[in-house]
Amino acid sequence: MTSYPILTILIFLPLAGCLCLAPVWSRRAAVRPIALGFAVAELALAGWLLVTAPGMPTAPGAPAGYFLWEDAAWIERFGIRYLLGMDGISLLMGALTAFITVVAMAVSWRAVTERTALHYFLILLMESGIMGVFLALDLVLFYLFWEVMLIPMFFLIGIWGHGRRIYSAVKFFLYTLAGSLLMLLAIIGVYLIHGDATGTYTFALPLLAKAPIAHAAAPWLFGAFLLAFAIKFPLFPVHTWLPDAHTDAPTAGSVILAALLLKTGAYGLVRFGYPLFPEAARGFTPLLSVLAVVGILYASWIAYAQEDMKRMVAYSSVGHMGFVALGIASWSPVALSGSILQMVNHGVTTGALFALVGMLDERTDTRELAAYGGVWGKAPKLAFFFLLFAMASAGLPGLNNFTGEFLILAGVFRTTPAAAAIAFIGIVLPLIYTVRLVQEVLFQTERQPLQLPDVTLREGALLAVLALIGVSIGVHPKPLLDILKVPVALLTGTAP
Amino acid sequence: METIAIPAINFAPIMPEVILSIFAMVLLLVNVFVPSEHKAYLGYLSLVGLIVAGFTLIGGWGVPLSAFNDSVVRDNFSIFFKGIFLLTVGMSILISDQYFKREECNLGELYPLLLFATVGMMLMASGTDLMTIFLGLEVLSVSLYILAGFNRANVKSNEAGLKYFLLGAFSTGFLLYGMALTYGATGTTRVVKIAEYVSQNGVVAQNPMFVIGMLLMAVGFSFKIAAAPFHMWTPDVYEGAPTPMTAFMSAGPKAAGFAAFMRVAIIAFPSLKADWSDLLWILAVLTMTIGNLIALNQDNIKRMLAYSSIAHAGYALVGFTAGNAEGTAGILFYMLSYAFMNIGAFAIIVLVGKKGEANNNVMDYAGFGTKHPVLALAMAVFLFSLAGMPPTAGFIGKFYLFSGAIKAGYVWLAIIGVLNSAASVYYYLRVMVYMYMKDPVEEFDWMKLTPAVAICIIIAVVGVLLPGVVPAFLLNLAQQAVLL
Repeated sequence: MTSYPILTILIFLPLAGCLCLAPVWSRRAAVRPIALGFAVAELALAGWLLVTAPGMPTAPGAPAGYFLWEDAAWIERFGIRYLLGMDGISLLMGALTAFITVVAMAVSWRAVTERTALHYFLILLMESGIMGVFLALDLVLFYLFWEVMLIPMFFLIGIWGHGRRIYSAVKFFLYTLAGSLLMLLAIIGVYLIHGDATGTYTFALPLLAKAPIAHAAAPWLFGAFLLAFAIKFPLFPVHTWLPDAHTDAPTAGSVILAALLLKTGAYGLVRFGYPLFPEAARGFTPLLSVLAVVGILYASWIAYAQEDMKRMVAYSSVGHMGFVALGIASWSPVALSGSILQMVNHGVTTGALFALVGMLDERTDTRELAAYGGVWGKAPKLAFFFLLFAMASAGLPGLNNFTGEFLILAGVFRTTPAAAAIAFIGIVLPLIYTVRLVQEVLFQTERQPLQLPDVTLREGALLAVLALIGVSIGVHPKPLLDILKVPVALLTGTAP
Repeated sequence: METIAIPAINFAPIMPEVILSIFAMVLLLVNVFVPSEHKAYLGYLSLVGLIVAGFTLIGGWGVPLSAFNDSVVRDNFSIFFKGIFLLTVGMSILISDQYFKREECNLGELYPLLLFATVGMMLMASGTDLMTIFLGLEVLSVSLYILAGFNRANVKSNEAGLKYFLLGAFSTGFLLYGMALTYGATGTTRVVKIAEYVSQNGVVAQNPMFVIGMLLMAVGFSFKIAAAPFHMWTPDVYEGAPTPMTAFMSAGPKAAGFAAFMRVAIIAFPSLKADWSDLLWILAVLTMTIGNLIALNQDNIKRMLAYSSIAHAGYALVGFTAGNAEGTAGILFYMLSYAFMNIGAFAIIVLVGKKGEANNNVMDYAGFGTKHPVLALAMAVFLFSLAGMPPTAGFIGKFYLFSGAIKAGYVWLAIIGVLNSAASVYYYLRVMVYMYMKDPVEEFDWMKLTPAVAICIIIAVVGVLLPGVVPAFLLNLAQQAVLL
């Protein structure tokens, strides 16, 4: 079955969708179904892989754990290859990407009325870029996709955003670009140092990881990678672009930003950062743990003070991603699986919350907490989902986020108990702002008359699917953890 | 009977120059008989000349040849650069007719002058004697002074021509003086002989006459490539000159300057590489930083691209500083990519601009994205390439240059380079913000898109995207063309 270049199809199917939009550019009625069709086809492919792939053997020529593998010459002079591979981690991330893209299209189905074709074009382009990031195993190829996914988000925020949309879009772009350019230099540095040491000049991750760099420059190189990933994550001192970008982004942009773009930072650290510089990364563990813990506490604190729902959810994102960073920093199998599971969880939960805030905003044209109240009585179904995802976000047992956070803390307790102990407070704090959010929006007496029709069929179906996924991961995370077992064991060197 | 011994002259190395000179002179004659509304035909004719010259270039690849007593050479290095020149001039000619018709100064002399400028650039790339290089530079410069002031009725164009002439003459003086001093110190003007002299007389570096000569030549070349602090003429000249000529000047003569500079520095003074590198990294840092910082708050898009072009010379200087195969091949690749992306951007500027050099502000691009989605997309591609985003030629070029610098140990220079690159993104994004995110102040007029301009834009888009996605072919060519 591997005779088809499935990974290439996964990356370029959305791009093909972009091209198919061109002939119907000005016909909104035709644009949306075509775009959605491509996104659904992509989701079907990813879903099929999710079901069938875990049983697949290692692909020929691939390192252990990779069941799909594509390798072709690209720029031979520099040893740059078109190298794609899928293991359990990429599989989960790829499936999440395909799923969230459909969600993003669905939430903007009615909201986007201007320049519709461009909107869907950008979403598909972004899907290609993100998919590429999760599948590329050549550093230059990875960097290419890493940059490509920036561009559509810049336009999404800048064109369809609210408030200071242009400021936020430019800030987002420059912030992330500055980090990634330094990573580019580090990539070149890795290439040269590794080449000088071994005689093979290559950008291919499997080869580079086989002989990790023992050069004095390794901490600097890892630092550059870490900076680029930390900005995307976003970790504590370099998170300031996120609240602006989230607040001003359109709903679809927020959903993709939170659910997918943030994951690329964590993924990059897991896939490239640690395997390339195992020694240097150990040295950074205390720093990374401290930043993660500070981020968790700080973000929860700031989130409580927000008056804008979207900003509050955005800050909660920073906190949740802090947990992911903490789990990665401990680099133990349990915590790492927890981190990756948490990436999926956060994608579903926060994506859903942003979608819900978007729905409220669409109806009432405001996101101020103080403007709401009494939503439970007016739109019970919407309120139910809101409560569900808010509780999931706060880490209520039985819902998805709890499983990830629990695994992370369980793993971190073994390696750095102090960090875990402090981070434990971070599990409680979200409850405080989430209760405030829920209380003010749903249960507070109605402060001003709101025109609040309940969810439509489209919205209801979307939220129901998200809720189903959230609950099923919360109750029974084993299938996902099984997929992660092999790659995580290989990464942490605990394979039997 | 006494016979005069005529040395056997091999014209093969300067065949393209000969062809273009003949075409230029024929065009001057033909011009008289072409009515002013049909001057475009002269453009097409000169394109034919460029294509013919191009064919004579191809055959010489990989077959080095020198002639005229070793004062010109045909090597891969010169052929690569000549290719860039032909492309630059050809693309500029494609966007000229529409512009000059609109500005009502559609004079036939334009095309012969452009061809003469090309001949000058080609001599700079293939000259292996300081005199040949100087000759080429003069032919180029004199043509450029006229071309910069070609829009006679426009005050700014006049100013550009005069300013360029004065500063250019000044810089030429520096260069010539430097050459004279070098000749005085070494007794020869052949770059190869200079190299021999330097290696035989190691202490030559202590000879003040030689050192000053070297420095003055560096100053002269720095003027030509618009490296800071010798960049002062660039913004005014680029802003005032007719847009197609700005496009040409920013890509062609800059590449020619680099060609001559590299040949002199790399061939004539290889043993002094350390000294050159010290000089070059200072130039590189200044050029990148000054160009980018000032570009940040430019409203006139031509002026902005002028400062950006200063910054881009700075990136190329990073590769020059590295001085290794990657760095120098990077310059070749970058100059070619830069020609595509910059002339492409200028083609759009020609389209958006209005009579009398109006509508050239960044604000005038508000709403361009909705009104002309395809052209705006092309502009976005050029701007992203200038910003160095993948998958464009601009990215591969920067990648090449910076890896050369890192390999040569100039890590900090590469870091300054990428930080500059990140800063530069701001002003390229600004244009895109206006194109896509702002509503137009006034409605866009129906814009005339002639086939010639369309072809130019298509060539530029292909030239930016193709090497960005599959760069192997061009990288190999650039690698084969380095002087080392």
